[in-house]
Amino acid sequence: MEHVVIIGNGISGVTAARHIRKLSDKKITIVSAETDHFFSRTALMYIYMGHMTYEHTKPYEDWFWEKNRIELKSGFVNQIDTSSKTLHFEKGDLLKYDQLILAAGSKPNKFGWPGQDLNGVQGLYSKQDLDNLEVYAPDNKSCKRAVIVGGGLIGIELAEMLHSRHIPVTFLVRETSFWNGVLPEGESEMVNREITRNGIDLRLASNLKEIISDENGNVKSVILEETEEEIPCNVVGLTAGVSPNINFIKDSGIAINRGVLVNRFLETNIPDIYAIGDCAEQHEAIGNRRPIEAVWYTGRMMGEVVAQTICDNRLEYKPGHWFNSAKFFDIEYQTYGWVHGKKEQPDHEVHFHWKHPDDTKCITIAFHKESRQFLGINNFGIRMRHEFFDRVLSENRSIEYVLAHLADANFDPEFYKLHEKTIIQKFNNDHNTTIQLKKKSWKRIFQTS
Amino acid sequence: MKQIQYIGLGLFLTGLAIFISLIFLGRYELSQDVFDEVVTNKGIKSELFINDINTNLVGNEFTDPFSFSSKVTTALESANTTHKENSEWDKVIWTKPHSFSYELAKSSGNGIIKDNKMLFWILTFGLGILGALFFIIPQVVTLGRPGIKNNGIYHHASTSRGWIGWFVFIFLVSFYVLLYFYPDFIVNWTYIVDPFSMALSGNLASQWFLYGFLYSTVMTVMAVRMYIKYRHNKYQILRTTSVLFFQIVFAFLIPEILVRFEKPWYDFKNAFPLDYDFFFSWNLNQLIESGGFGLFILVWGIVLTVVVVPVMVYFFGKRWYCSWVCGCGGLAETLGDPYRQLSDKSLKAWQLERWLVHGVLVFALVMTGFTLYSYFSGADAVLGIKTQTIQDIYGFLIGAIFAGVIGTGFYPIFGNRVWCRFGCPLAAYLGFVQRFKSRFRITTNGGQCISCGNCSTYCEQGIDVRAYAQKGENIIRSSCVGCGICAAVCPRGVLKLENGPENGRINPTEILLGNDVDLMDLLNQK
Repeated sequence: MEHVVIIGNGISGVTAARHIRKLSDKKITIVSAETDHFFSRTALMYIYMGHMTYEHTKPYEDWFWEKNRIELKSGFVNQIDTSSKTLHFEKGDLLKYDQLILAAGSKPNKFGWPGQDLNGVQGLYSKQDLDNLEVYAPDNKSCKRAVIVGGGLIGIELAEMLHSRHIPVTFLVRETSFWNGVLPEGESEMVNREITRNGIDLRLASNLKEIISDENGNVKSVILEETEEEIPCNVVGLTAGVSPNINFIKDSGIAINRGVLVNRFLETNIPDIYAIGDCAEQHEAIGNRRPIEAVWYTGRMMGEVVAQTICDNRLEYKPGHWFNSAKFFDIEYQTYGWVHGKKEQPDHEVHFHWKHPDDTKCITIAFHKESRQFLGINNFGIRMRHEFFDRVLSENRSIEYVLAHLADANFDPEFYKLHEKTIIQKFNNDHNTTIQLKKKSWKRIFQTS
Repeated sequence: MKQIQYIGLGLFLTGLAIFISLIFLGRYELSQDVFDEVVTNKGIKSELFINDINTNLVGNEFTDPFSFSSKVTTALESANTTHKENSEWDKVIWTKPHSFSYELAKSSGNGIIKDNKMLFWILTFGLGILGALFFIIPQVVTLGRPGIKNNGIYHHASTSRGWIGWFVFIFLVSFYVLLYFYPDFIVNWTYIVDPFSMALSGNLASQWFLYGFLYSTVMTVMAVRMYIKYRHNKYQILRTTSVLFFQIVFAFLIPEILVRFEKPWYDFKNAFPLDYDFFFSWNLNQLIESGGFGLFILVWGIVLTVVVVPVMVYFFGKRWYCSWVCGCGGLAETLGDPYRQLSDKSLKAWQLERWLVHGVLVFALVMTGFTLYSYFSGADAVLGIKTQTIQDIYGFLIGAIFAGVIGTGFYPIFGNRVWCRFGCPLAAYLGFVQRFKSRFRITTNGGQCISCGNCSTYCEQGIDVRAYAQKGENIIRSSCVGCGICAAVCPRGVLKLENGPENGRINPTEILLGNDVDLMDLLNQK
């Protein structure tokens, strides 16, 4: 019986294991040094905030693994011997594999800041990071202030977490407006205001210069690059992105760049070794996507695909239309297709922006200047239907079509106020058009392909 | 804000303490006149019992309800034992000892509480309501901006099965035990709501009036909490208003006012088989004796169960009843909301749930079959089993223990819908319709689920919502009561309660939206 070993029990590795089990009778082992069982990394913040316990974050009950004959091995892989197909563990034990899937995920970026390894300096990625936070920031008595460095999605989540325990937060963002490398101006500014409304000390265009230690090796304060200001704090969150967790792969002969290099079949340069999820890097980017996509759902999709390949149905990884979601304090965000921030916005991409007067809802729709083709939408504070936008993107629909059918796309709970009419009104005013909103149609919404 | 909340907590606990202490207070002295009247009204023929009470109770003063009760119940039980041994069946007193004792106690009590009903109402209910509102209303500020704020729920002893949770559990269970089995111990509680009962129905308050009054009060106060917590969510606000309306108007006011007009007490929204004694002969007789109005109730009760329920479930799912109308659901969604996360989501719980809830439904139907057979044939037993015995077993096990003591008492330990999930026969019936013939489903939003598990954690019915959402599969589970909290707590906007076309409602998918179409085709072909 062939033995498939998967390094990493995150969403990528576990999805791969589950699908291999669905498709075959192979022996499957998942190796992890983080936790015994698979948990949902995306829910770590809710444990700290007290919405859930660690147990709630496990999508499968503990008996699931034995019942599905998926062996779980706890241990840290030191070295991969690709010639003898053997894994060498830190504690000296060995494990033979026939096929190996690398799904080791990421680790938080550190840019060589002085003091970045002090006690109380940490990222937020692993279960251990959460445990650490519980040690250094259990409440606002032990942690008088926290400083977060890096203006991305993890940074704002960490800010929300600390805020939920009434710990004052200073949030250092390198950009002139939050996440404006990704978000168009109006949206980025709305998020700035949402951060400030929640009492976070948001410092835009600010960089970290140095983290100062106290006499016990704990964080005492940070110093800002621009102003030399010293901010006393007990915790520093480093959330300036993540990079592939591939240190243990370096001497194995497996080709790496920033991540483990894979082709479209998720194969590495060594036969029978595959890489998926955050640690995998495409030789060439797929469409507008980045070569390394540290996105939760792409990890899941790679797991689905690699399982097919391993079970003798060699398949190419072909992610469909880009989509994603996040939450900025109380404002939910979804995106379908591509809406670029100012920096990367191509010439042909035109934006239509609508904002609700209450400053918690807005949308931006991107479309092609000449062809009027719909390119993507960002929605804040309004939920939209994934199927709808996946379909209009595949069918290359126009901006006019999308706006006229916006009622079909709404995914807000029942009885919520609808904004389609005012959105279309604004578009008609801005662009001298006469688009009419079509009534919501179940027939269109649930059309079967 | 914190100070106001602490003051509120103090007021509430004071009110609660006075309320509890009322059990141990008061004086009871049975007068000869009252006793004679009861004997005549009830047609008591047992001279043993009459003599016993006359010697031991009449004219003596008791300073707590327990010794009073014990005299009555001992007298009643010993008299009955003798009569049964001698086969003097006409002398046996069939009224339950503690109910008999309640009747005597209600008219024997005197002293400070009975003389100052409104004062003690203010000191108990009044302080409780005021304190609770002082505690709740500052949450407008302390919870922060509108939005889902479940912060700290698992850090707090009251909402994570901590010591406060266990204390509340003991209190609630004790309350239900007293209410159902020892009404004579809580006579003082009924005194303080007498003025309200007199105003509504013209009668003194029974323990059931007390319960109805307390129920409506608790729901109203906790509805304020719901309005604040979910003030960003129109679905929750409308739903809370709806259950509150149906509780106060349909379950509380209308039945009491009916009594004032000498009509049968009836809750027009309470559908069989949740209203399990609807077809009991005493009820049928009472309805038929009440003329045209009674007949209307009889027809309405049947139409509600046979026509309205399935038709409404077809269009809106069982939520129209469980989350918008039902009294049990109403308490669960208001008083029970802080405990919703404690429901068990394991596969084992689900397996148990299906056996239990459907078992209760079968039990209710068999019992009703027996009852109707007895009613029309006049026989008091079917297949050698006494109809009365079945009714008693059901009334005790399901009506009192399951629906009351466990159903509400276990909120702080097992979550707020224990009864609805494991015991309610009407929920089982509605669930069948919802599962197989309904337009309702919870739609999941393509590939947006990040499996965080908020939905499952906050599902009061213990449904592993995440298991469906992460597969992009619509949720059509029969147990879903459509409370809409899964959609409210989802940080990615993945879930939406919808009444759509039946076609395509069941959509088993193996590969989620987002992956390339070829792969989906491949798996769909299999």
